[in-house]
Order: sequence, then structure tokens, then C-alpha cells
Amino acid sequence: MSDTTAGRTPEGTAGPAEPPPGSPYEAIRAIPVRHYGRWIAAVVVVAALALLAYGFSQGKIIWGTVGDKLFDHTVMTGVWHTVLISVCAMAMGLVLGVLFAVMRLSKNPVTGAVSWLYIWFFRGTPVYVQLLMWFNLSLIFHTINLGPIYKNDTVAVMTPFVAALLGLGLNEGAYMAEIVRAGIQSVDEGQTEASHALGMTGAQTMRRIVLPQAMRVIIPPTGNEFINMLKTSSLVSVVQYSELLRATSDIGISSNAIMEMYFVASLWYLVLTSVFSVGQYYLERRYARGSLRSLPLTPWQKVRANLTTLRRPKVA
Amino acid sequence: MSTHDMAKPDTAEPVAGGVEPMVRAENVHKSFGAAHILKGIDLEVAPREVCCLIGPSGSGKSTFLRCINHLEQINAGRLWVDGDLVGYRQRGDRLHELRDREVAAKRRDIGMVFQRFNLFPHMTAIENVMEGPVQVKREAKAAARERAAALLERVGLADKAGSYPSQLSGGQQQRVAIARALAMEPKLMLFDEPTSALDPELVGDVLDVMRGLAEDGMTMIVVTHEMGFAREVGDSLVFMDDGVVVESGHPRQVLGDPQHERTRTFLSKVL
Repeated sequence: MSDTTAGRTPEGTAGPAEPPPGSPYEAIRAIPVRHYGRWIAAVVVVAALALLAYGFSQGKIIWGTVGDKLFDHTVMTGVWHTVLISVCAMAMGLVLGVLFAVMRLSKNPVTGAVSWLYIWFFRGTPVYVQLLMWFNLSLIFHTINLGPIYKNDTVAVMTPFVAALLGLGLNEGAYMAEIVRAGIQSVDEGQTEASHALGMTGAQTMRRIVLPQAMRVIIPPTGNEFINMLKTSSLVSVVQYSELLRATSDIGISSNAIMEMYFVASLWYLVLTSVFSVGQYYLERRYARGSLRSLPLTPWQKVRANLTTLRRPKVA
Repeated sequence: MSTHDMAKPDTAEPVAGGVEPMVRAENVHKSFGAAHILKGIDLEVAPREVCCLIGPSGSGKSTFLRCINHLEQINAGRLWVDGDLVGYRQRGDRLHELRDREVAAKRRDIGMVFQRFNLFPHMTAIENVMEGPVQVKREAKAAARERAAALLERVGLADKAGSYPSQLSGGQQQRVAIARALAMEPKLMLFDEPTSALDPELVGDVLDVMRGLAEDGMTMIVVTHEMGFAREVGDSLVFMDDGVVVESGHPRQVLGDPQHERTRTFLSKVL
């Protein structure tokens, strides 16, 4: 509200500092501090952005190609493959992560050491190198022979998808093992004792009591891992798997629109990471049950709450 | 109760001479590394008896309680609950450790209530109470829910069934924890300083629930600093200090006319 009206009709305005009736004090109406620095910074940043936009407008970019190819069949297949390999590798990473975290925490020194070795190797070497090794496995093992159970040529087994899944999944398992271990260790020991005192076995305690509580600690970094995975999956183009990056760059090379197709790829990566960020938000909310007195509103609930407050004056 | 050389004239009506004690400890020792916590505990608790354990902190009361349901493993001596050795099976003169599954099965009959409640924070009050019957006894969910609701009513929290522990006060959490232990229909209840973490005005509600349990004939071992409760509800009182039972007997006798200097010193500080 402006100072002119404020002085004249103090009772009519709904100022935030309305003095309670009968109060001997007047609400403070001071001249606010002028933040000149903020204005200068805003102008500089906007100018820099304008220059950047101008630069792009002058570049030799055929924007039409970006629009044309955005929903191209090959690109869409690439998007689907990126999602598929990311979800599969993440699922594999989760299972391996829980397994190796439990092994690491177990009282058995052998499983503990094996888990340590696994994490040491797969976290200590680049995932790019691991992918190449899986893809070229046939150079050292011509056949995969699991005795009476299974036997086949390595080349036939190690398809691009399998190589990509093993490379990404095993690497992810090492990171997830550390995340899960931290989550399990964050659960208070009293929880295990209370569960044991009820007569629950170690496995029941882990499944019913410890892991659900560990999830609250596990989920935020796992969400980050998944978003990383969506982007890291671009590396599997090296094993000939036709995911988003490979699909778009192939088109780019054949149609001489290399940068345009990278823009297409970037747009899709942004879409995917945004969608899964929203999913992560709801998942975190689900596992916050019991740890907060009341759950925060979802964005949708906030919108609805705002709508009802907008409508309320009409009703009243 | 009583150390076993003592007669027990004033323990509630039932137990005549030959009744098997619910808990029997003989020369129980427990060490954590170099720290010798329990230095030969002898104790008997009869069925339907309420036995209160008192003593300064660090005297081994809680450790002894945790040995009874094998949350801690004893290093020497023998401990029986309802006639069965705790944590071991005796074949000839050799002891065999019980498997985890067997230990878990034994614990079903022993309820435990902790100083820090230890409710499961990701479950509502009623889910906390149902967890044992459904997961351990494989009870049908509907039946378990009905019984859990009745138990919550018994501890005065019928209207809090859907609340999460974080939404309850300390006293309410502790009463849910008691209901959770009772849901397993235990033969014996262990209370580890159940009111020590509570605001003073919430202690009464929890003690009332425990008093009700005692009146219903539950066998209880209570580590406590509530001398009033020990005097009114307890059938026996055990004073522990530095890992040994210094003195035991009827609460009014121990509290009113302590025989040992250490008991007198302790009581003069807390009464």
C-alpha cells in the first residue's frame, strides 16, 4: 500500500502490521532501504543474457531441423532405449547395491571382503572402460560355459544391450552399495532391538523395520544417481547400443545437421531428467511418512489450496 | 522374587513351594570387553510377581534385564526363563548356542519396554501394535487389528490408532510401546526404565497402565527409579550396585529398613 492512503485510512487497509485493537502502539511504516546493488546486478545479468541470445540468433543454426527431428521415429526409439537401459541398469544397481551393502555389514568376514573388493574395483575404474571390456569380452572368452546349465558363444550373448546393461548396472551397484550401507547404518540401533524383542528374525527386522526407515536416507541420493544414469547412458553409444545420443548423432552426420541434432538430444535429456525429478519428489514424500509431523503439500495440492483461498471471498 | 535363600512369605497369593520360577538367574556374569558389568547375579522371580530393580546408574540393572531376553549374551552362570535356558540348549554337560530363529521364537513370550520407547516411526500406533502378531505369529490382519485396537483402548489411546509416533507425546509413545509388547501375549514383561525419558507430568499415565498390568497378574521385572511405584506395586525389590545384588526383599522392608550401608546411601539420595 502507498504512504498516502495508509495515513488516511488505517482501518480500511489490511496491512500486515495492523496494531491489535486497544494497543497503544502504532504500526511502523518506515521508508525501506533501497538496494541499488541488486538493481545494477539485475541489469548486468539481463544484458549478458541478451548478448547470448543475440549470439545464438546469428549462429548458423537451422532451427527448423530441431523442430522437424524432435519427434522423428529414430529419435523416439533412441529416447525409449535411453529410458530402457537407464531403468534396467538402475534396477540392477539397486538389487546389487542392497545385496553388497548387506554383505558388507554382515558378520561374515568373507562376504565383507568380497563386497569391499567389488566396490573397490567397480567404483575405482571408469565406467567407459568397463563398458569397453564387457563389449570386447569375446576376445578372451570365446564361449560362455556354465557347465550343464548354459553354454553359448560370447559374441551371441554380448549384444550391445547386454554389454551396456552389465557395464552400467555393475558400476551402479557399487555406488548403490555405499548409499544403501549409509542408509542402513543411519537407522537407530534401538529399532533393531525393539524388533528382536518382539521375536522377529534378522531377515524380518531388515525387511520390515530397518530398510523402510533407511529408505528415507537412501532415496535422495538414489534419485541423483538415476538422473546421473540417464545422462551417463549416453556413454553406451560406444558399445553400439542405439540410445538417444547415438540415434541423434547418426542423423546429424547423415543430414549434415550435427549441432542441431545435439540440441534435439539435449532437449530430450532435459525432458527425461525433469520428469524423473518430479517422480523423485513424490517418492521422497512417500517415505517421509512418520518422520514429519505433517507432510508438505504437493505442488498440485498447493495449487488447489490457492484456488480455494481465491474462491473463498465469494463464498463468505 | 528374592535371592534364593530367602523365603517369600508376602509374595501374592499363589506360589507355594514347588512352583517353577518364571525367571531364575544363577551366578550370572557379563563383560563388555574389559568392563565387568555383572559379577554373579542370583535372582528368582515367581510367576505373577512384580520385581523392581533399583540401583545407581552403571550398576548393571539394564544389562541384566537385556540378558533375560538374550539381547545380551551372558559370559558365565545360568539363566532360565520359564524353565528354559536363555540362549542355549544343554545336551549332556555341553551347552549349544541356539540358532537366531530359535532365540527369536523364545523372545515371543517375553515383552520388553524400552527407556527410549523405540516405536517404529514409519508405522502408525496401531500398525506398531499389529506388527508382532502379524509378522511373528502370522495372525490374520483383520483379527490382529481388532486386538490391537482393544489394546490401545486398554492403554487409553483408542483415539490415537492412526497417529504416527512423531505425533504422540512421550507418555503416549510409551503406552503404545507397552501395547505393542502386550500384543504378543507374553508370559513375562521387562521394563527398562520406562518412565525415565518422560516429562514428570506424563509419568503417571504410564505407571497407571503398568499398575493395571500388575493387578491382572502379569509377571514383571521393572528397572525403575520410581520408588513410589516400587513400594505400592512391587512384590519384591532388588537393590543392585556394581554388578551384584546387594540387598533384596519386600519393597517396604528394603525401602523402610535397609540392611546394607550401600543401600542406605543410595536411598538417602533418591528418596
